Amino acid sequence: METLEQIRDRLQARFSGAPVTLVTNPGPAAEHSLLLDAASAREIALFLRDDPALRLDYCSNVTGVDWPEKEIVETTKVSQPDPAGGSARIVEQKTKRLQPGCLEVVYHLYSMARKHGPVILRLRTGNRTNQVTLPSLTPVWRSCEFQEREVFDLYGVVFDGHPDLRRILMWDGFQDHPMRKDYVAPDDFEWEPTAHGEVLERAKAHLPKVEEPES
Amino acid sequence: MSDESASPPAAPTDAERDELRRHGILLTSLEELHNWGRSNSIWPLQFGLACCAIEMIATATARFDIARFGAEIFRPSPRQADLMIVSGTVTKKMAPQVVRLWNQMPEPKYCIAMGACAISGGPFKQGYNVLKGIDRFIPVDIYIPGCPPRPEALLNGLIELQKKIRAERLTGPDAARHTRPEEPSEFPVPEFGAHDLVPPNNPEVWQAPTLPRPGKA
Repeated sequence: METLEQIRDRLQARFSGAPVTLVTNPGPAAEHSLLLDAASAREIALFLRDDPALRLDYCSNVTGVDWPEKEIVETTKVSQPDPAGGSARIVEQKTKRLQPGCLEVVYHLYSMARKHGPVILRLRTGNRTNQVTLPSLTPVWRSCEFQEREVFDLYGVVFDGHPDLRRILMWDGFQDHPMRKDYVAPDDFEWEPTAHGEVLERAKAHLPKVEEPES
Repeated sequence: MSDESASPPAAPTDAERDELRRHGILLTSLEELHNWGRSNSIWPLQFGLACCAIEMIATATARFDIARFGAEIFRPSPRQADLMIVSGTVTKKMAPQVVRLWNQMPEPKYCIAMGACAISGGPFKQGYNVLKGIDRFIPVDIYIPGCPPRPEALLNGLIELQKKIRAERLTGPDAARHTRPEEPSEFPVPEFGAHDLVPPNNPEVWQAPTLPRPGKA
């Protein structure tokens, strides 16, 4: 199979103007992936499926990732001239920047015909609140249907063009998205014999109040 | 016969009845006969929720043979079932259906909570879609620990349930639950709320455990 760099270059040559970014994974697994743009994702997916060299005809897995807003502190070394006329000093300067949050959907593609894979695609939403629509890839790979419903249910990504976008694990009237980092579970903790960690901390708020005996 | 006592003769002890049986005389009561029949033909409801159901199926196979205890007739309809084996994780989405099935079973009915999940939520306790034990909505007679319990454990639970049925009284002040019309037979079915089941438990059936000793957590 071609390397991801070759696939990216071919995609950029074929779909001129479509931003395709290579996201590298620094871990030992080195599962690098291609970050696609929402506008061109459907066309690129069709191309990956039908291209005779790739023939990625099987989508084995669709999953979601929640990236909350993150404050990143960057330290840079700046040389500062001494106002008294001495040699310049090197000062560490810290800059804070807010990395905006987003929801991400990851597709793992294999080729049954060519016996290769995986090629990993990523799609990212604009933010985590009101721009959560992404194009559905169910028209391209039928196996995405239930898994996109699961991502819709647990992360709240709305898939445009999905044939039957309903919740799949939770009930229809449920309002939260439980796999998001900021999900607040119902506070139904109570005393239990072997509680530990976070469960013990949260159960303490529900213990019956015992008045200390006066001594 | 000069010494006639006014009090009625005491009921024969088990040793005396065994002695009589050796001579070919069987002594019993209607209650005992009734409970003997009931305890040896417990028809479970045929439904499984998770991996414990696989162990329940194994219990029904020839190797473990639940038929030895008369409970091999798994009924696909709650109207014909005596026993509900809650075998596996009860999700919050499934809980109303389980309670509805329980309500559709006729009295006398019994419930076995099989495995850690049906008892307390097990390894999935505090998960966003897992009920923390079916005893929050329906009364449970037998709890079988294990993850999942071995088929022998399920058979042991069934034997314990048989003992419980045989010990039940049909009349009198300590009569069994199903003979008393004022005891509830149907329980409110929880509804799907915006964030959780409404109500999250039935306070008439279940209350949160309290501290074993005041001041000690």
